Amino acid sequence: MSVVSNGLPTAQEIVGPTPGQRLRRRLFGHRGIVVGGSILGVIILMAVLAPLIAPHDPYEQILSARIKPPVWYERGTWEHILGTDQVGRDYLSRLIYGSQISLMIGFFAAALSGLIGTAMGVAAGYFGGRVDLVVTFLITCRLSLPVILVSLAVVAVIGGSLEVVILVLGLLLWDRYAVVMRAATLQVRSLDFVAAAQTVGCSTWHILVSEILPNVMNQLIVVATLEFAHAVLLEAALSFLGLGVQPPLPSWGLMIAEGRNYILFDPWLIAIPGVALFTLLLAVNLLGDGVRDVTAPENRG
Amino acid sequence: MPATTPAPTIATEDLACTFQVRQGIFQPKRPLKAVNGVSISVNKGEVLGLVGESGCGKSTLAKMLLGIQKPTGGRILIDGEPLDGLDRKAVARRIQPIFQDPYSSLNPRKSISSIISLPLRVHGVGGPADWERQVKEMMDLCGLPQRAYDGYPNQLSGGQRQRVAIARALVMRPEVVICDEPTSALDVSVQSQILNLLLDLQKELGLTYVLISHNLAVVQHIATRVAVMYLGRIIEQADSETLFAAPRHPYTRALLDSVLTPEPGLGVPDAQLGATFPNPIDPPSGCTFHPRCPHAMPVCRQLAPRPLAAGGSMVECHLHDPEQATAA
Ligand SMILES: Nc1ncnc2c1ncn2[C@@H]1O[C@H](COP(=O)(O)OP(=O)(O)OP(=O)(O)O)[C@@H](O)[C@H]1O
Ligand code: SF4
Ligand SMILES: [Mg+2]
Repeated sequence: MSVVSNGLPTAQEIVGPTPGQRLRRRLFGHRGIVVGGSILGVIILMAVLAPLIAPHDPYEQILSARIKPPVWYERGTWEHILGTDQVGRDYLSRLIYGSQISLMIGFFAAALSGLIGTAMGVAAGYFGGRVDLVVTFLITCRLSLPVILVSLAVVAVIGGSLEVVILVLGLLLWDRYAVVMRAATLQVRSLDFVAAAQTVGCSTWHILVSEILPNVMNQLIVVATLEFAHAVLLEAALSFLGLGVQPPLPSWGLMIAEGRNYILFDPWLIAIPGVALFTLLLAVNLLGDGVRDVTAPENRG
Repeated sequence: MPATTPAPTIATEDLACTFQVRQGIFQPKRPLKAVNGVSISVNKGEVLGLVGESGCGKSTLAKMLLGIQKPTGGRILIDGEPLDGLDRKAVARRIQPIFQDPYSSLNPRKSISSIISLPLRVHGVGGPADWERQVKEMMDLCGLPQRAYDGYPNQLSGGQRQRVAIARALVMRPEVVICDEPTSALDVSVQSQILNLLLDLQKELGLTYVLISHNLAVVQHIATRVAVMYLGRIIEQADSETLFAAPRHPYTRALLDSVLTPEPGLGVPDAQLGATFPNPIDPPSGCTFHPRCPHAMPVCRQLAPRPLAAGGSMVECHLHDPEQATAA
């Protein structure tokens, strides 16, 4: 008897789409992802194309044209669609350039903390034992530090700037990555394909990168979106308190801070960057929730 | 054993693995002897069936043989060479596993071709063109349609997944394959197909198997030798025919009784074992089987039986020990 002869009935095999195709289909069928992704796409475009689309120089002060209201007010003009600020800078241009700052802070802080947290979490989950004890201890220490107070203190001591804010947030926001990656790795690590890779003779590095990481990627993406939003919000808070990005950089948080003296008579000075901030955070959170929904095990076919 | 016989393909000497387990947060760690002094030897071309209840240490033994669990005592010899003297890749080339659950043994993010070719790539055997040829050859041998080559595990049935796992294990042509319950996660209808595939491949490629199962029918079908495990020890070992025809250890007898076809209407046969498998952290004194043994004698409570080897068979039970028999 030949070995080949006991093949299975071949009626309904190999008809399903590949995981990539199915993922794409589910991504584009999810309203949160489509809406969040589109908004985020627009904001990213805005940041990238800022020099082309901003109607004015965001730093140019025209003292004769201070606090001009946006176009929908009676005194508004099309010259300054969103008006001008207290030193006469075009508000729309500042808003457009400000998106660069928010995105940069969100992206780099989320990436840096992601690197730290993922390395710690995956190592703890994979190696267990003493490594796990150390990582768990570090996570506990980190969780006992109030982020906003620590970053305020650090920035107050070494001075605020874009780089410092990114660095401080990046070094502070890794706890959720570490917790989630540790749990996810622990679960994947116990699956037999990891043991199979070990018995094949794969190096530990190879196992971590090519067997474990692809299987915890979903959770990583979800946490990354959360931390992105978290960092953007913290930057705004720090800048609002005067300890974040320094003027004259057009950070949205800073714009809110600078407008706060005018809240009674010219509330749009605060409302406009506030709405921008809200929209960005909403988009990122929609996207993160969507990715979580789509990749949750109960939604896998 | 005469000096002229070649060393067994795989052998263990007094192999042990003790886990330190904590039962509560504030309780001290206690030793759990998952495998406790196991000596087996499997010659080339043999199929050793390893049977025993859940939790008796079968998988732990398998993991030690595969080199992914460090023994805490004893040693493993491959063709007479100690395993810990070999590096991971050398072991990988000789011993490969087939796991129980084909849903967890294949990485869902990898294509079938990349799963099966992983060993070739890791060991740098040949080039990409070679890999493709060898993978396709292996898929053929394992009864997988060529269309599956670019597919993903989620597109395959359980039986087909297990065929992929088998193809991965055999693509490097290892000498020994450790099958840890290779069919117990599969549909009954598919089980025999996979078992027959394993048997055919064994003949075709001259493989040596260690087949772990709690299903005695499976073992009887395939194994040439059978080892029965209880609480981390091998308590009886014999040729398959001998063991099934004349089991000697009361535990083996109970296991066999429990699978004999019951008379219709009598319901599930009672294994006479009572419901409980003893807690491995707190094993019974003397013969660890004595609380469940219908033939237990006073000495069984105090003295652990010694291995009694004769003519290729081995049993650990006072009933068969001439010293105890005269004493009793
Ligand atoms: N990593 C570990 N840490 C602590 N205890 C363990 C570990 N692995 C296994 N054990 C214990 O060792 C004993 C033997 O486990 P093992 O998995 O080898 O049993 P098994 O015979 O394969 O059972 P099954 O038929 O259910 O697969 C069990 O009591 C188990 O709880
Ligand atoms: S040694 Fe005693 S208790 Fe153990 S199996 Fe034999 S008769 Fe039963
Ligand atoms: Mg097992």
